[in-house]
Formats: sequence, structure tokens, C-alpha cells
Amino acid sequence: MELQKFYYDNKIVKMFAYATLLWGIVGMLVGLLVALQIIFPALNFSLPFTTFGRVRPVHTNAIIFAFVGNGIFTGYYYTIQRLLKTGMASNWMTRFHFWGWQSIIVLAAVTLLAGYTTGKEYAELEWPIDLLIAIVWVVFGWNMMWTILKRRVKHIYVAIWFYIATFVTVAVLHIGNSIEIPWSLLKSYPVYAGVQDALVQWWYGHNAVAFFLTTPYLGLMYYFMPKAANRPVYSYKLSIIHFWALIFLYIWAGPHHLLYQSVPNWAQSLGTAFSIMLIAPSWGGMINGLLTLRGAWDKVREDPVLKFFVVAVTAYGMSTFEGPMLSLKNINAISHFTNWTIGHVHIGALGWNGFLTFGMIYWIFPRMFNTKLWSTKLANVHFWMGTLAILFYSIPMYWAGWTEASMWKQFNEAGELVYPNFLQIISQIMPMHYMRAFGGALYFAGAIMLVYNIFKTVKAGSFVAMEAAEAPALEKEGGMKQGEAFHRFLERKPIRFMILAIVAILIGGVVEVVPTYLIKSNIPTITSVKPYTPLELQGRDIYIKEGCYNCHSQMIRPFRSETERYGDYSKAGEYVYDHPFQWGSKRTGPDLWREGVKTGRNYKPDSWHFNHFMDPQKMNATSIMPKYPWLAKFDIDIASTPAKIRVMQTLGVPYPEGFDKVANDDLKAQAEKIAAGLKSQGIDVDANKQIIALIAYIQRLGTDIGSASTAQNK
Amino acid sequence: MSVVVVLIGFSVLVAAGFLLAFLWAVRSGQYDDDVSPSVRILFDNENESDKSNESIANQKQV
Repeated sequence: MELQKFYYDNKIVKMFAYATLLWGIVGMLVGLLVALQIIFPALNFSLPFTTFGRVRPVHTNAIIFAFVGNGIFTGYYYTIQRLLKTGMASNWMTRFHFWGWQSIIVLAAVTLLAGYTTGKEYAELEWPIDLLIAIVWVVFGWNMMWTILKRRVKHIYVAIWFYIATFVTVAVLHIGNSIEIPWSLLKSYPVYAGVQDALVQWWYGHNAVAFFLTTPYLGLMYYFMPKAANRPVYSYKLSIIHFWALIFLYIWAGPHHLLYQSVPNWAQSLGTAFSIMLIAPSWGGMINGLLTLRGAWDKVREDPVLKFFVVAVTAYGMSTFEGPMLSLKNINAISHFTNWTIGHVHIGALGWNGFLTFGMIYWIFPRMFNTKLWSTKLANVHFWMGTLAILFYSIPMYWAGWTEASMWKQFNEAGELVYPNFLQIISQIMPMHYMRAFGGALYFAGAIMLVYNIFKTVKAGSFVAMEAAEAPALEKEGGMKQGEAFHRFLERKPIRFMILAIVAILIGGVVEVVPTYLIKSNIPTITSVKPYTPLELQGRDIYIKEGCYNCHSQMIRPFRSETERYGDYSKAGEYVYDHPFQWGSKRTGPDLWREGVKTGRNYKPDSWHFNHFMDPQKMNATSIMPKYPWLAKFDIDIASTPAKIRVMQTLGVPYPEGFDKVANDDLKAQAEKIAAGLKSQGIDVDANKQIIALIAYIQRLGTDIGSASTAQNK
Repeated sequence: MSVVVVLIGFSVLVAAGFLLAFLWAVRSGQYDDDVSPSVRILFDNENESDKSNESIANQKQV
């Protein structure tokens, strides 16, 4: 058989690897900043774009989509060419993918800090960037499928199956969760509201973990672990079985993020059941990875790459056991909204994703640069520092989570909360935040060592941009078409091509039409629930813009400890006008859902809210909330009110017809009233300032149903 | 709540796609041999060291 000569494109691997290092450092540094902001509120600098609520999404997005994302593509471009024995099908698509992805990251950082956010965790980017992501993702996937068709190896190695699943599922999730209606060039409202939005968001959110942080990294593991150990994977059969099991089970687990919240019980149970089932395929991956080292454990002693991989796979096993456990309702009742979740996700991010990336980088660079790693010793130091860092990070977070949950739920003999003051609990876990920040700093220092080591390695080596390789062409079999043939098949048959195009458009159409049908079901089941006034709507958008949901939930679970602390538990029907929902997933501060209820134990007058936004530490010396002085300086964007009202009407919110034209009159009247009230308390602030709108929104929260109307909610 | 129907629809669609992919993989003989693929990936290193002299070092490209 004739041998064909071709080249592996190392240049794209190098580009993505550098991007991984760059964004990794940036993402970790931002993470360190937000960790320190919790300890020292002064580090929020009283500026909008440096305040926790805007910075924290930059950290999460940078780590997930910039650091891990570029890590995926580094390993993906390195492995897919070698596994398929071909260069990438399209050079320009490869380059477009790289520059497209980097520009998304830059745009994301800028817009998030500027306050353009959808308010949905890990899907915060606004609609123009969402579109860009979809385009870049499709180009990446198209290039991948084309390369697979051009392959010179008949068998598609298991790693590539993981990449395919990643591409397909992330595409579906991203589109499904990003259906939104713009009301300006940069802002939109999601078509889903309340319960529906929550279900879609966590269907997306959970599968982002599954198909962005897990499946592609398993693919990388299945290449780099055997390569680094120079041993075939423990069981190829197991890899196939656990792959298919994993992708079939993962997509149903989303509702475990909404346990005890206002979603139907059966959906919660479904999420729990599938989460428990997931232990089997997840551990299939862990076992397969670790047992690949059977008979080669001596190599782990010497090779830092294998050390990183061992800890990565172990962390994967731990967090995929912990995840299902946290999905049990009785455990979730303790862990949810606490720092336990933060500990859990960082075992995954620092251990599994971080360490696998580090090991991969240490492995790839010497090979691409035809040299040895500059310092194995430094890599070993990085390894031990990183491992200690993970422990220093996660153990305090687990401890903090337990402490918080215990104190939230503690009653005395008289049946009263022992710690009714939320601040007391925050102060209690402060030492844990110190230790966590130390762990994070340690991890960051290790990453700096990696960068230095790679810098030195690169300087010592000479880069092989195009690596030559040889392989026989894939034999054609009856009926099976090869890459070019398939394309010519499409090109020569315009009618078939048209049919395919129509099918694609139809799918797009269904995606468009279905949401409008959904809107009809946004009819309130509780008659007393009314749409937000224009001022409250503007206030709500400020709440979203400042990222309040990063620290405050709006979801009171039906536990006595919560109804005692916050008031009546949340009802699904109360959220029908919430585009997007703002239930939150973490209580760094207290829940706010009954904040506006005048008879509630948390009610505060407008003047308190004003002073608190200006300087929380003045109201409570130990508060860790940032100051928001600019809210009293910036005007409400009243020009946007009509557009917002119209989009809300399109989404089925029952504002009267023509309301968009008079909405601002309503807004001004309400604002004047609040400003006058503040004035009588000796606070002089113009009625057109953002803080007035935010106060209006906060005072509206949870007020639509009195306790008497609880009975109506059936 | 009707969004659950859509989510299930989406999910079933994805699952159906995966099922077809699985059937294709089995029928086209992807899994006839479940031993040698794991060994084969270890061998391109040898190739690489042979060919590395021929590789184009430091090639500039856009």
C-alpha cells in the first residue's frame, strides 16, 4: 500500500497552549482578587467595574471558557491529528477558531466588567457574544467532522468520540439556553421566566460541567495518560462502555441544582436518580485512568507529568462521587447555598481540569520543541505546591460550608434561631476565607512556575511547526465515503444539498417557535402576582447588572430554619415575570426574597437601604458587602424603558397596550415618591438616580403574596 | 413548567443522535477490535523520532 506523507500542524497547538497559559494566569489572579474581596471589602475599590458582583463572573468565565477552553483546544488539536493520521482539514477554519475564541474571551471580559450580563450563571454573556460563540463553535465542529472524514485510520479512537460528544452537546445547550430577545444592541431578556428559566439554566449549567469540563478532558486523558505512561489504557472496552453510558446519562441530571426549590418534585427526583447513576460511568473513567498505571507506578515517582495526571484523575473520581452525594436531597439541604459547593467545584477545577492541563502542557512542549523539559525539579515543586494548594483551598471551604449550614439551622429550646443575625455566621467562617485565599495564592504561585519552566523550555528548544508523518491512505470500503468524496457528493447534488439546508433551517425554526408557545404558560397561577412597575423593572436590571445574584439568593426553601429567618417559603407562581430568574446558587449574604415584606423580620425602610448601599460597613461594622456609591451618582436609563416594556409584552408580561409610551410617567411618579420619603428622613437624592430604582425593586421583593394567599397556591 | 417538555425534547434529540452514532459505530466495525486501538496510539512516537529530521522547523506561516 502506498504511504502518504503529511504534516501535523503544531503551530495551532502552540497558539492555544500559550493562550491557555495566559488566560489561566489571568483567571487565577482574578479568582484570588475575589477571594480577597470577601475578606477585605475595601478591595472592591468602590468602583463599578472592580466590584465583586461584576468581577466574580469574570473569574468563572475566564477559568471555564478561557483557561479550560483553550486547554481543551490545545490537547484537541495535538491529539486529533495524530490519532487520525492527518493534518487538520481546513487551515483557515483552524485559525478562525483560534482568533474567534480569543476575541470572545476579550469581549467577555470587557462586557462583563462594564455590567453587560444576562444574569444567568456561566451563561452571562450577552446576545451578540452568544451569536459569535455559536459561529466559532460551528466552525470548530465543522473542521473536526471534516478532519474525521479525511482520516487515515479506520478506527476512531475513544478520545475522538469524547470530542464529538462535546461539540454536539455544547452546541445544543448553548443555543437552548441563549434564546433571548434583545431590547438594545447589547442587552436582552431571556424568553424563559422564573421556574422555566431556572430549569433551562441548570439544564445548561450542569451540562456545561458535563460536556465542557468533563467529556473533552476525558478525551485528553485517554490520549495523554497512556502516552505519558507508555502503557495502553487499562481497558479499551471499559472506555467505550463508560463513554456511551456517560453521555446518555449526563443530560438528565440538571434539576439536582434546584432541590427543595420551586420546581416540581418529580423533576427534582429525576435529577437525583440520574446523578446517582452517574457514579458508575464517571468512576469507569477514573478506574480506567488510574489502572492504566498498573505496573508503571514506578514512573509516577520520577515523572511530574504522571504525578499531575494521577492527582487529576483522583480529583475527578472524588468530585464525581461527591457530586451525586450532593444531589441527594438530605445532603443538598445542608450543602446548598453554602461554601461547600465552592469547595466541590474547585476540586474539579483545580484538581481535575487544572492538573490535567498542567501535566499536558509539561508533556507537549518538550515534544513540540524537540527538547527536554527545562527543569523537572521545578515541575515537581509545582506539583507539590499545587497539591497542597488544593487541600488548603478545599478543606476550609468544606469546613465553612458545614459551619454555615449548622448555624443557619440551629434552634434553641424555645424554638428560636440561635443565630438570627446572618453577619455573625459570616464572621464565624472568616478564618476559612483567609485559608482559602492562601490556598488560591499557592496554586497561582505554582502556575507561575509552570509558565517560567515552559518559557525556559521554549528558549532551549527549536519549534517544529509542521511535523512530518506518514501513513497509508484509508482503504475504501463498499458504501463508505471518504472526506472529499462526501463533499463532492454534496456539491454535485444541489437538490440534496438544498434539502439538507432546509432541514437545518427547519430545526432553527422549531427553536424559534417553541419559545413563543412557552410564553403562553407564563400565566400566573397566583392572581395577586403582578408585573413589575417600570421603576422596579429598571431596578431589577440594576440588580442583575451589579451581579447581586452572585452573593444573594431569592429562593426560600420550605425549611423551618429558612421560613423563620426569611419569611414565607417561595412559590413557583411568584416568579412568572422574572426574565431572567434570580434565584442564585450561593448565600454569601442572606436571601432577599421576602426583603420587601413590611411585616417580615427582615424589612428595612428605604433610608436604611440607601445608607446600606452607600456604605454597608457603616450600618454593620463586620459586613463584607461592597459599597455602591455610584448608584446615587448615575441616572436611571429611562430612555430604555419603552423598549424594555415592549420586549416584556412580547414575552407575555401583561402590561396594558400602549403602556410603553406612558411607562416613564409611571416610573417618575414612583421615583419621586421614594425620593420624597428619603428626603423626610434627611437624605437628599435626586429621583432619577439608579439607587431609587434599586430600592423600589428591593422593596417589591416577595410582597405579591401575603401569608393569607398561601392557600391559593395549589 | 411546559419548558420541561422542550428540555426533554432537546435531550431526547441529542440522545437519539448519539444512539444513531452508536449504531453506526457498531455496524461499521468500530468496536470489532477492542484491544489493538489502545496499543496503536503508543506507536506514533517511533515514527515521530524517525521523521523529526524531515520536519520543517521554525516554519513561518500565517
